[in-house]
Amino acid sequence: MNDMPETEPAAVEITGLNKWYGDYHALRDIQLSVAPGERIVICGPSGSGKSSLIRCINRLERHDKGSITVEGLELTDDKKRIRTIRREIGMVFQHFNLFPHMTILENCMLAPMSARKLTRPKAEELARRFLGRVHIPEQADKYPGQLSGGQQQRAAIARALCMSPRIMLFDEPTSALDPEIIKEVLDTMIELANDGMTMLCVTHEMGFARQIADRVVFMDHGRIVETAPPGDFFTNPRQDRTRLFLRQLLH
Amino acid sequence: MLDVSNVYDTFPRFLSGAGVTLGVSLAGFALGTVIALGLLLLARSRLAPARWIAAVYTSFIRGTPLLVQILVVYYALPGLMGIDLSPLVAGVLSLAFNSAAFIAEILRAGLTRIPTGQFEAAKALALPRHVVAFNVILPQLMRNVVPPMVSEFTMLVKASAILSVITVVELTRTAQHVMTETFRPVDAFVTAAAIYFIILYAFSMVARRLEHNDKRAAR
Repeated sequence: MNDMPETEPAAVEITGLNKWYGDYHALRDIQLSVAPGERIVICGPSGSGKSSLIRCINRLERHDKGSITVEGLELTDDKKRIRTIRREIGMVFQHFNLFPHMTILENCMLAPMSARKLTRPKAEELARRFLGRVHIPEQADKYPGQLSGGQQQRAAIARALCMSPRIMLFDEPTSALDPEIIKEVLDTMIELANDGMTMLCVTHEMGFARQIADRVVFMDHGRIVETAPPGDFFTNPRQDRTRLFLRQLLH
Repeated sequence: MLDVSNVYDTFPRFLSGAGVTLGVSLAGFALGTVIALGLLLLARSRLAPARWIAAVYTSFIRGTPLLVQILVVYYALPGLMGIDLSPLVAGVLSLAFNSAAFIAEILRAGLTRIPTGQFEAAKALALPRHVVAFNVILPQLMRNVVPPMVSEFTMLVKASAILSVITVVELTRTAQHVMTETFRPVDAFVTAAAIYFIILYAFSMVARRLEHNDKRAAR
């Protein structure tokens, strides 16, 4: 899996990644290669570094050591390059982070118009198409505050998709939602996965992981403890730490 | 007792005094906001000396009486800089210098009330800096700062009465003039007080209206 042919670089290639917050060693020697179209679910106890890891990929956090390469382009301090890489990566947050003073439609149109230089009619067409795809076309003219949590998160997914990203990052997208609403968001994500989107999801939804993940990454104390296809991961975990985590999670 | 015909006769002068009061307050407030933005940039600068300048400025303004600041600008500044300031210009400048320190604090507090997630979402969407500033942050900042900004402005309108000491003929100075001419202090100062109250009450109504609209629009 590390021997990618030259013509198709890995979607994301992470080697020797380390990150500290002051004295706290948040990420330790992370190695992870994500192939185009691959769906990765990252799980682990809180504080294990899973959010930090995916936030490094689009430079919401700066890594201290090692390298991150997105579609062949290495992430450096260069602002232009950071922006280029961010344009290819969509991100969905735990707390949606929709812009509260804009309608859902305006939320979706802002980035295509300003970062992709689309005309207003083109951006609106795009926004309406993706709002349709996440099944909330009728919410286009409402403000985020008027929507349910699940609708807001689907709007946030649509907003990210409007940039036509090649990679999507999900940072605990269902953790702030009521249990009965989680499913509508997961269904949207499953549809996205089935369309071949490269995805990295930090989530505790193990049913989701089982259903769509190509690989499950288990992290603890800033390290990747185990990486395995969901079949092996859930039925036959190799590490004791993984077994303990799964036992706690499934009970 | 209040003599209505006397008030009626001198009322045009009060109106022009009120115009000056509003004018210097608005000009001082506008200029103060510009200076405040500069202070905010200094305070958030990566360079320590820039942050010191902002901190010293703010504590100087907060730690000295407005009257003294006005006198410094009017009497001391020309001596130091070699430029003569008219009372009106000195008045506007001193109101601007004073309000800037407080407006900077209002803006800073307003910024910290915007959740970090908003900045992160804007970054993740690769929005250009000016779009983040003007389309994402500024509208939310406005919503946060309108109420305290209006209250700062009403403070400034009231503070502008002190400009009468450097002979700016604003509302209070007008009242003093009218009193010395008519020997009717009650008429003069009750009229002035009433006009101050009407101006400030009108502003507080507008502010309440704005807040109410905001609450309906978002969240």
